[in-house]
Amino acid sequence: MFVPGNNPGMMQDAFIYGPDSIMLDLEDSVTMAEKDTARLLVHNALKTIDYGNTEMVVRINPLNTPYGKKDIEAVVKAGVHVIRMPKTETAEEVVEVEREIERVEKEIGCLGRTQIMAAIESTLGVVNAYAIATASKRMMGIALGAEDYSANLKTQRSPEGMELLLARQTIVVAARAAGIDALDTVYSNLNDMETFRKEVELIKQLGFDGKSIINPRQIEVVNEVFAPKEKEIQKSLTILAAIKEAEQRGSGVIAVNGKMVDRPVVIRAQRTIDLAIASGIINKEDI
Amino acid sequence: MEIKNAIAGTLESGDILIQIAPASEAGLHIDLESTVAYQFGAQIKKVITETLTELGVDSADVKATDKGALDCTIRARVTAAAVRATGKDVWAD
Amino acid sequence: MNSIKDRAALISEAAARMGKDTFKGTADKNTLSRTELTAQGAKVTTLEDAIRKAGLKDGMTISFHHHFRGGDKVINLVVAKLAEMGFKNLHLASSSLIDVHEPLIEHIKAGVITRISTSGLRGKLANEISRGIMQEPVIFRSHGGRGSAIANGDLKIDVAFLGASSADPMGNACGYSRSENAKSICGSLGYALPDAQYAKHVIILTDDLVAYPNTPYSISERNVESVVVVDSVGDSSKISSGAIRDTKNPRDILLAKQAAKVIINSGYFKQGFSIQTGSGGASLAAVKYIRQSMIDQGITASFALGGITAHMVKMHEEGLIDRLIDVQSFDKVAAESLKSDPMHQEVSANEYASYDEAGSATHSLDIVILSALEVDVDFNVNVLVGSDGIIRGAIGGHPDTAGDSALSIIVCPLLRGRIPCVVDEVTTHITPGSSFVVVVTEYGIAVNPRRPEIKERLVKAGLNVVEINALKDRAKSIIGEAAPLPFGDKVVGIVMNRDGSVMDVIKSIGD
Repeated sequence: MFVPGNNPGMMQDAFIYGPDSIMLDLEDSVTMAEKDTARLLVHNALKTIDYGNTEMVVRINPLNTPYGKKDIEAVVKAGVHVIRMPKTETAEEVVEVEREIERVEKEIGCLGRTQIMAAIESTLGVVNAYAIATASKRMMGIALGAEDYSANLKTQRSPEGMELLLARQTIVVAARAAGIDALDTVYSNLNDMETFRKEVELIKQLGFDGKSIINPRQIEVVNEVFAPKEKEIQKSLTILAAIKEAEQRGSGVIAVNGKMVDRPVVIRAQRTIDLAIASGIINKEDI
Repeated sequence: MEIKNAIAGTLESGDILIQIAPASEAGLHIDLESTVAYQFGAQIKKVITETLTELGVDSADVKATDKGALDCTIRARVTAAAVRATGKDVWAD
Repeated sequence: MNSIKDRAALISEAAARMGKDTFKGTADKNTLSRTELTAQGAKVTTLEDAIRKAGLKDGMTISFHHHFRGGDKVINLVVAKLAEMGFKNLHLASSSLIDVHEPLIEHIKAGVITRISTSGLRGKLANEISRGIMQEPVIFRSHGGRGSAIANGDLKIDVAFLGASSADPMGNACGYSRSENAKSICGSLGYALPDAQYAKHVIILTDDLVAYPNTPYSISERNVESVVVVDSVGDSSKISSGAIRDTKNPRDILLAKQAAKVIINSGYFKQGFSIQTGSGGASLAAVKYIRQSMIDQGITASFALGGITAHMVKMHEEGLIDRLIDVQSFDKVAAESLKSDPMHQEVSANEYASYDEAGSATHSLDIVILSALEVDVDFNVNVLVGSDGIIRGAIGGHPDTAGDSALSIIVCPLLRGRIPCVVDEVTTHITPGSSFVVVVTEYGIAVNPRRPEIKERLVKAGLNVVEINALKDRAKSIIGEAAPLPFGDKVVGIVMNRDGSVMDVIKSIGD
């Protein structure tokens, strides 16, 4: 969930809505005149506020602005989990950000703590998606930023999203090939929950791991769409139970209802259960 | 340390507006207006004083208009105002 | 012979035995058409004349209702007139007082008003009283408590000034008007009905004098001594201002959804259940979220009680809620529904929530959702005094509904800015902890240890159930430790429990 980095009230509250990840923004939602104050707010919030198990991301300003370097120092020192790079176009940009992160991490003695997520918001970025996704071992995900991308394409966003199809599929494929997460862009019309739901259904079908949102009201829809169905959960629980049993027996062969279970099936079952837990359908303790 | 007039923060709920000016007489003078003055007035002044002292600002007139900000927000806003007032950033260039 | 003349001696004898006079004949008939005659109604008069006729004296008790909430015009108008007429030391007993009654400050300073009884205080008036401008402490009662106190004589009213949106010249009055000249509407007059019934003298103020008979009426002419026509009794558009609002706030929506889940999984969500919501965005919105579950599970409610809202009316019209019992219409939609729908019943404060009337509606209530300023670790609730020691709320029907219902739920944010809502001990004790079952916050749901079966059901449903102490600690970890408040020694308020006992006192707050 995107939260403006210059709004203390929203930064304090974001946690209660239960997003999987909170992204405090220093870039587009902060005016040039307030870059310095937002950076300090985000730094102090990360250091002080108890965000529980929520993954904490900060979107920094690009390194080619006067703000990017200071942003990295401020958030790495505050212990951010993930730095989100805006408007990433090449693998070299990732390497530069990584170098800055390492410099700060060495200074405070926590080398390797900070991960990187790159937002791809241009045609060049889409073309370079796999190179970006594999540019650093710190890369944990790539995300589509559709507003800038569609402007760059010389079109605008439509409710059906045909214009984004290639970018979306490229990003999912690149992320899968690199073994990292693929995250979809935001949908900004809060009053049209129907179209939002359709878009979430579409990107789930395309293979995305999650959706970026701008308001707590959108969380429920994403959770509902991504939540696995009851039958799926039961089947997955049975498979995982069978694995556990097989491990206890010391047997490498896993069978459910007399049928052999392949490795992809096990991976899918684990993913279903992870999603069910993330969606609040089942409790971790129940497994 | 030489300081100029500077301002940081907003009057939104959960925020605090900090105005720093050169001291009329030596020392830190904090004029606080807060929606939670009874319960947290002393704590807010303490955070402001500590933050400024850590940044080497020991003489200034500070006007703080608080709308229920948490300590971490107060620290951020005071630091921002002090950085603007002294021209000396806390981050490397 | 046996003519009446022959029986004259016997008639006199019977009359003497009964201590009665014998019949002396009637006055001549008034020959005016009855339309003309009633239009002249002897009760219609000016405010000043009505006050004189009422025999009001210094030191007496005057009463009002607050159904127009932020739009009320009656209290300020009448008290200004009383001041002008030179009255002193009056006891003002209103069903509640809010921001709009700020002009009372001047009348308190001038000695016109020296005692106040109310359900709540807000705004500058509350601020001044908290700082001790009155000699006598304000007496705070719940709505049900006020009804009982009026009925049993604890609160004796000399003159009631009751605003009505329509009245006929005989005094039949209601909170809406069916005439084309209707100026205002407030719906139910529930809080005014005990005053109408028990006050020694009742003056109706109306901005729409209609032809007799103004049926169906709320207040009967039998209880009314005078009718006064004024420009306006209230601004109906402001009924739903103040505490009542339809929320877009994501935190309120989150709380409302959690409260709905609590209800649905509580064991009380079954065919024929009954429900009430308090004011406050989250508790009102919770109804919206149980609606879908009612449809999905084919469950309907037998009645909704209390402050009736547009949401309740909609669900009633959809067939999801069978009857509406209305002591106060929370918005204009509810007021219009009361006027047009016979299944939407107006009730007096006593019928609504009296502790000592077995038939009062709260005794038949399954579920109530209420808001709070503070809840403490023993589940005591404060809805009257802010965490800064300043009065800023109203008891309302809080202790009445919480005390009588089967499942009472508090919905409140853990923090309002830097103010904690879950605390070690509430600033002022209003509703006892024994009344409450569940507290819903954005950081988790706490269940009163007196109700382990509810806790079990909510845990089983996968809700985020936590200990109330954990909530309190969480709040402290975010905001830090608050300094003690600078209370003075003066008692500025007395909180009455609904059973007529003294619950707590409120001390003055100083700078």
